[in-house]
Amino acid sequence: MMEKIITCTVCPQGCRMTVTGEELHVSGVTGNKCPRGAEYAQSEFVCPVRTATSSVRVEGGVRPLVSVRSSRPIPAARMAELVELLRGIRLEAPVAMHQVVFENLWNSGVGVVTTAEVAKRRSPQTTGC
Amino acid sequence: MFHVQCDVAVVGGGPAGLSAAVAAKKQGAQRVCIIERDKSLGGILQQCIHAGFGMTYFRQELTGPEYAARFITLAREQEVSVLTDTMVLRLEEDKRLICASGEHGLTEVCAGSIVLSMGCRERTRGSIRIPGTRPAGIYTAGAAQRLMNCQNKTVGRRVVILGSGDIGMIMARRMTLEGAQVCAVVEIMPYLAGLTRNRVQCLDDFDIPLLLAHTVTKIVGRERVEGVWVQRVDEKRAPVEGTEHFFECDTLLLSVGLIPENELTAAAGIEMAPITNGPVVNQHMQTSNPGVFACGNVLHVNDLVDHVSAESEIAGRAAARYALGTFGKTLREAACEAGKGVRYVCPQRLCIGEDLEETAMLYFRVGAPMGAGEIKVESGGHVVASRRISRANPGEMEKMAVRLGDVAGDTVTVSVEPREEKQ
Repeated sequence: MMEKIITCTVCPQGCRMTVTGEELHVSGVTGNKCPRGAEYAQSEFVCPVRTATSSVRVEGGVRPLVSVRSSRPIPAARMAELVELLRGIRLEAPVAMHQVVFENLWNSGVGVVTTAEVAKRRSPQTTGC
Repeated sequence: MFHVQCDVAVVGGGPAGLSAAVAAKKQGAQRVCIIERDKSLGGILQQCIHAGFGMTYFRQELTGPEYAARFITLAREQEVSVLTDTMVLRLEEDKRLICASGEHGLTEVCAGSIVLSMGCRERTRGSIRIPGTRPAGIYTAGAAQRLMNCQNKTVGRRVVILGSGDIGMIMARRMTLEGAQVCAVVEIMPYLAGLTRNRVQCLDDFDIPLLLAHTVTKIVGRERVEGVWVQRVDEKRAPVEGTEHFFECDTLLLSVGLIPENELTAAAGIEMAPITNGPVVNQHMQTSNPGVFACGNVLHVNDLVDHVSAESEIAGRAAARYALGTFGKTLREAACEAGKGVRYVCPQRLCIGEDLEETAMLYFRVGAPMGAGEIKVESGGHVVASRRISRANPGEMEKMAVRLGDVAGDTVTVSVEPREEKQ
């Protein structure tokens, strides 16, 4: 049996909950003030997930980077791996909002999309001064 | 001089300005103009690439740029006009704004009413006076965030973060994921300054130590930061001898509070409130200059952008009514005061007109963290509104609605007192 202290992030109350269980099986949650807390504690115990965000390089844009996110939460443990993967990506401007960067990450059905647009940089001749 | 005429002029195109402008348009103002000093709209949200915005306003978890984009789209649909790369230099008494524009040079914007939504800026090393040398490698958390997220610049490899504000914790995660080592987040108060959610997802997830009741007492390094001395502090926030610890690092990030950017407001002679460092307003977000309204972080520093959007709609609607000449008359006024356990109340005044059924929203913060308690709003010796809470935290803004007909006398006092929690 393993015991794990989990701070709830469902609402600002931040209940300190104690979860007991083994690997994928949770046998008890205490310290939660509502059922949503118990649900969160279970999921945190078995496999904590987070929405991953980072940024990727843009070539020829008015900005050198565009922000991106995972379309759904991914396992927290794989966050660093995703950021590493995104480091190798180059997008060509113009970049649209919610443009797909990865369609199906690790065959998990989760995608990665941009969360901003980046316009194409005008050539120096046309910007003038 | 380039000249612009409009009904409502909005100073600042961040979340507050965008929301106010859209609301002013919806209220019937014909010409609404946002004046923004940056090259693009969205304000600080542009660099807040993490998720967690919009949970109450849109009932959906969005990233900062996505949250901003929703409002930019609304502003475009409502045909709000925008002057970017334009800095407001002065606010004249006759509701004229003197601006410097990259494209048009000296620019004058004449408006029927004005909304101030300039936001806030970060406190720097200078405002907290850390002793030591003055090497490179000391950044405010927001400046580091902009460098990393917008400009693709590396900030540092080994980092200490002073202050447990939200931006500091978010940068702890961001820098860890980008390959830096975050030695510790150091907080002078015995409790967290930011949201618990950020402690869990940004510090705990990455095993980053949080040192409460500690502070940086000295910065070491000539050209570049070489390390910082950290010490525990007592109840009076004085460093405790014998608790010194040296962290070797090349970067110190500061997340030590925000200052509403009110140079324009103060120079215009608008009455300011001492604790919020923002203008004094009534429930319509109207300042002591009747045609000038204020909202968002320039008024008081918020913890959630969702609150800013909601509060700014009030300012935008009122500014539109003022410009259209349909702003209601005030018959009497009451002052909102912070009672027991409360640090400040915003708005600071209530204007009571003919509509006694109108409700006003009072935003406030408690002075220190507390458990179960009861919020009470008293006026004329009676409790006019109350609500039980299971806990309160200075980092999380509370709000309470008051029916104007219930306000008796010339003060309204908000207090929060502990109560025994029944099991």
